[in-house]
Amino acid sequence: MARVLINFAHPALEKSRMHAQLLTAIKGMPGITFNDLYEQYPEMDININREQQLLEKHDIILMQHPFYWYSAPAIVKQWLDLVLEHGWAYGHTGKALKGKYFTNIISAGGAESGYHKEGKHQYSVHQFLIPFTQTAVLCNMHYAAPYVIYGVHRMDIADIREEAKRYRQTLEMLRDDKIDLSVLPQLTYMNEALQLPSQTQ
Amino acid sequence: MNQHSLLFQSMVYLAAAIVFVPLAKKMGLGAVLGYLIAGVIIGPSLLGFIGKEGEDIMHFAEFGVVMMLFLIGMELEPTLLWRLRTSILGLGGLQVLGSAAAIAGLAYLLGQPFNASLALGMILSLSSTAIVLQTLNEKGWMSTAAGQSSFSVLLFQDIAVIPMLAIFPLLATQVVAAPELHEHTLRDDLPAWGQTLVVLGAVAAIIIAGRYLVNPLMRIIARTRVRELFTAMALLMVVAIAVLMNLVGLSSALGAFLGGVVLANSEYRHELESDIEPFKGLLLGLFFIAVGASIDFSLILQEPLLIFGLVIGLMLVKAIVLLILGRIFKLSTDQNLLFAFALADIGEFAFVLLSFSSQVRLLDEKLTAMLTAIVAISMALTPLIMLLYEKVVQPKFTRQASDKEERSSDEINEKNPVIIAGFGRFGSMTGRFIRANGIKCTILDLDSDRVDALHNLGIKVYYGDASRYDLLVAAGANDAKLLIVATDSFDQTRQIVELARKYFPHLQLLVRAQQVEDTFDLMDLGVLHIYRETVDTSLRMGVDALRMLGARAYHSERAARTFFRQDEQTLKSLSALRDDKKQYVNSMKERIEEMEKLISSDRIKTWLDEGQGWDAESIRDEVRGEPEA
Repeated sequence: MARVLINFAHPALEKSRMHAQLLTAIKGMPGITFNDLYEQYPEMDININREQQLLEKHDIILMQHPFYWYSAPAIVKQWLDLVLEHGWAYGHTGKALKGKYFTNIISAGGAESGYHKEGKHQYSVHQFLIPFTQTAVLCNMHYAAPYVIYGVHRMDIADIREEAKRYRQTLEMLRDDKIDLSVLPQLTYMNEALQLPSQTQ
Repeated sequence: MNQHSLLFQSMVYLAAAIVFVPLAKKMGLGAVLGYLIAGVIIGPSLLGFIGKEGEDIMHFAEFGVVMMLFLIGMELEPTLLWRLRTSILGLGGLQVLGSAAAIAGLAYLLGQPFNASLALGMILSLSSTAIVLQTLNEKGWMSTAAGQSSFSVLLFQDIAVIPMLAIFPLLATQVVAAPELHEHTLRDDLPAWGQTLVVLGAVAAIIIAGRYLVNPLMRIIARTRVRELFTAMALLMVVAIAVLMNLVGLSSALGAFLGGVVLANSEYRHELESDIEPFKGLLLGLFFIAVGASIDFSLILQEPLLIFGLVIGLMLVKAIVLLILGRIFKLSTDQNLLFAFALADIGEFAFVLLSFSSQVRLLDEKLTAMLTAIVAISMALTPLIMLLYEKVVQPKFTRQASDKEERSSDEINEKNPVIIAGFGRFGSMTGRFIRANGIKCTILDLDSDRVDALHNLGIKVYYGDASRYDLLVAAGANDAKLLIVATDSFDQTRQIVELARKYFPHLQLLVRAQQVEDTFDLMDLGVLHIYRETVDTSLRMGVDALRMLGARAYHSERAARTFFRQDEQTLKSLSALRDDKKQYVNSMKERIEEMEKLISSDRIKTWLDEGQGWDAESIRDEVRGEPEA
């Protein structure tokens, strides 16, 4: 069983439609560690020790957050800045995260078609996520394909519940080693993992 | 009649001081010179209002010197002494040895007997603590390298008087006839070893009383909360020491100095200091007047050349010794000059030692009289010399001086950047936090029991009322950066704030307020940093309550901050409304209504709309209205 850690960040979950449902869907899932950053550190004073210990105990690290302004909410940046210390996460002696898998679980208001050269946003989500990709590389981790839920603005509650169900299934497969992890970096989205029966064991 | 003359004399002294000191100050001469001039003018040589026999005035006025030494002694915490050990022993010791040797040698060459020469050397090697410290303080030079060096040397000199008093009887070759003039002391009828024993006993008594008697006594007095008792106690201590010392025939100034040293670590130190300070100032002034008055102009007129020649010669010799020492101890040229200028005079202890030497027949009477005049003249010249330094010498070095500033200022800076008034449940938290961050605080508190309790915990707290100007000065308000006012009673808080705004405008004030009314008052006083106690704690409680009811932590936290911000704003606007004192009740009512209105509008507008940027409904509406991209 792969050990999965979800670092979750949403500053106003009470207003969220998508993430509230995602959380409901995965609530109490055995084998998954759920770490709610804004709940844990409402004053942004991140306990570096605790966070590093959590990271060391897991194989797959998922940063789950809304895709605010083409990036993550503020606390995720704070978390990256403080937790991924030189000498621990990167640098000559920084091997604590070596070989682990890292990626983002994000929701975007706009449709996928907007994230293209000719689209409204001009760049792909992958391009916007380069800071995360490269952070993973620098920390000797594999950046897995991100899990992206597009078009949240247009979804009604039934669509959202459907998305949440798929999300739970993906997590279950990750946890139960039903996805070959080494394939994850080659996919475009982790969402595809569900549709790849050849990859399931 | 006697009483009348005492009153009359007091009137003459006080009037002279009040007329001449401001005049002298206005002319840029400094207070010390003002007192001296006043003394000369009302003295027997000119108007003759006071002192047909100058000695008597001196005797009384010496009490100012006694108090000053008591206060100097109190400055001497062991840590400070230890830190200054090189300059006290090295610089001070060499100064006394060097000057004494040079002067003794000259005296011997001029035909004085060997023993008398030695005594002269020792007497004249001393400088005037009273005048030099007063002048250095007045000009703000205490913290300079020269100021610190001077302080060390003066300290050593004050201590050196003790062995000198012991040596002089041994130097006296003639058999001492029972002295008829000076007061009968306990020592007189005793053999040599008995005398030593009495002296040691007196010193031991002071130390023991200072250590084991004074603190409990002060505690009792502090509990009565009658402030003037403190002053009485402080005065009583100094007087008692002086009397005891006179009784055994020692210098009362020395005893007081010793008493001060013993009390240097007492938690009542600042309180004692501030109680005695005004008396010290006045009595020192009296002392300076007496010095001025005791200058015997007829004697000077008889042999003006000899006397002025001797004054200048002596001061030159001392200055040369000082300059050499300053060089050795690596003072920069300007500081070295100040050091030499300041200490070239001859001190008040010379009066004591001169009368003592004539008692033991070490020096003859004519020489003693002449030397008394010389000492007085040299003391009177000191402020003039310092003025010369300030106006002529220093300007030439201004640039170098500013370069040196940084290095010299932290040499012996025992004043702390933060003063905390009140170390109760509020101030102690702030104080502990600041101390934990490695910043030193001078802590004052008025609750003697609390001071004791904290003392037992190893926290240094001074007993004292921070609403007093002198105490704040003693606590270092002139050099501090912050004044944290966390006193329990608002009356006191207000007094401290008013005092600080008036006399220490450089101090940043951080003030605790208990009631909303206090806050308004503090706003009126122009305080910018006001801390309403319990506001933060109550909001923290509110945050936890929201969380326990299921709200998200970050939301609760933000809600509390929003509420706090709103509340502060409300207070500010209400403070303006409050000006109409007649409609106080009305405005109170208004305030309550206003608060409620704001709180409810908070709930509707601010709290729910917080984080408009996060998942705004409007963007969904907009997107739904468009065709899919």
